[in-house]
Amino acid sequence: MPTKTRVPAIEGWFTMDDQAPALLGSRCTSCGNFAFPKETYFCRNPHCQGTEFAETPLSRTGKIWSYTNAGYQPPEPYVAADPYVPFAICAVELATEQMVVMGQVVPGVDVDELTVGDEVELVLDTLYEDDEHEFMVWKWRPVDATDAADEEGDPS
Amino acid sequence: MSTDHRVAVLGAGMHPWGKWGRNFVEYGLAAAGDALREAGVDWTEVQYVAGADTIRNGYPGFVAGATFAQALGWTGARVSSAYAACASGAQAINNARAQILAGLCDVALVVGADTTPKGFFKPVGGDRKDDPDWLRFHLMGATNPTYFALYARRRMELFGATEADFAAVKVKNARHGLENPYARYKKAVTAEEVLASPMVADPLRLLEICATSDGGAALVLCSVEYAKKHGVASPVTIDAVSTVTPRFPQTIIEMPNFSTDSSAASSTVGPTFKESVALAAYEEAGIGPEDVSLAEVYDLSSALELDWYEDIGLCKQGEAEKLLRDGDTTLGGKVPVNASGGLSCFGEAIPAQAIAQVCELVWQLRGQATGRQVEGATVGITANQGLFGHGSSVIVSK
Repeated sequence: MPTKTRVPAIEGWFTMDDQAPALLGSRCTSCGNFAFPKETYFCRNPHCQGTEFAETPLSRTGKIWSYTNAGYQPPEPYVAADPYVPFAICAVELATEQMVVMGQVVPGVDVDELTVGDEVELVLDTLYEDDEHEFMVWKWRPVDATDAADEEGDPS
Repeated sequence: MSTDHRVAVLGAGMHPWGKWGRNFVEYGLAAAGDALREAGVDWTEVQYVAGADTIRNGYPGFVAGATFAQALGWTGARVSSAYAACASGAQAINNARAQILAGLCDVALVVGADTTPKGFFKPVGGDRKDDPDWLRFHLMGATNPTYFALYARRRMELFGATEADFAAVKVKNARHGLENPYARYKKAVTAEEVLASPMVADPLRLLEICATSDGGAALVLCSVEYAKKHGVASPVTIDAVSTVTPRFPQTIIEMPNFSTDSSAASSTVGPTFKESVALAAYEEAGIGPEDVSLAEVYDLSSALELDWYEDIGLCKQGEAEKLLRDGDTTLGGKVPVNASGGLSCFGEAIPAQAIAQVCELVWQLRGQATGRQVEGATVGITANQGLFGHGSSVIVSK
């Protein structure tokens, strides 16, 4: 079976670096405020008039602020596998940026393996596929569970 | 703030919540008709119509004020239509209140109604990669319960809340709503039934997450002067309407966002958004949480009700579970919460819900809440929050 082309599910939100991917946020050149997704028009710090932003990769690791899972298939425009495979989802505190960023947890890791405060790292994984493409998205992976998501494809 | 910024509530009306599958306008008209009859005001006397919008019912829903006005029969009344997600009803109430307080009208009708699809709320259709609400479903599969569950898990972690606590909220609200004629679910449940229901978003189960419902609610508001002339010497009054937005940096993840604000460039640490919603209402009314007889809060999930106890000042942070376990928020307790049965018994009819919360308080303060009456109630507060940063809190007194 020919290899599918890996493309980002959304342009410009993260690097496509296989080894060490990062979310791409912005940093206000006036006040230093971080934002994700990137700020493009006006700084959201009300005390700043900044309109220029530098693209900045965000911390690749953080600590779990909270987590849950999706026991029922989310509605469109989520593109679910058939049959549906539940997934965990978490919100992660990034120390440098002092912000919390959400994302799915890699396949094969359910909530009983997660704890608030656990360290997680950013990886790329398939969100959905069509005949020619794998649409990639960022996910969080517990740093001590690297083997759970190394295998591509069906986590079962 | 002016010395008297109260407006009188002459009438309240609701169409029962359910999954009736009819046009939302019908529910709005039924509610409006009841509110007008209760007020003893003829439709032709209404000078201002404030509609709360629904975005899932086509153009008539976007211009709800005019839709209801036309359906009741054009009279030339002035009109507004407001959308603020779950807080739309508070915006409509506030629009009417502002007109009355500015002296631009004496009597106004506020109406909100919705017809909802089955299942999870999903974003408006299309391929909309510039809409965070669309994107959070597409890129993360993050539904509304996803966010409720993040807060619930956080409570368990920080304050030792348990699944039994969350279930107890559901059991309480189900009991409260048993005799409410407007509630959709009028069935007692046990903690065992709650905890045996399917897990939707761990740790929240099906019976702990509010459904989506059809329903309609309406209020007839007027100046205190008009109420007196109308023969109502001491009406129930709306003393505050808080429609605040968050303050930067917003450090708690909110629907439909992917991230919080960053605190890196700002050292300001103030109240959280949900705390500020009620604080603004208390300040405007010149009262505090200690004055409150009862509260109607937005229990989108059972766990979220516990957050609200703290956010509206019924107890300190981390003490909500104790308040619940002590029975303080149960009918007969110190400060009953969701005596109506709450969203737990209603499900959510988005533009009607914040108005319905006020209807319940009005009936409670008049002593007309049969089967769920909070004895001796004098002051009530509602709390609610709409997607994209819409606070909603109304204080009602008699």
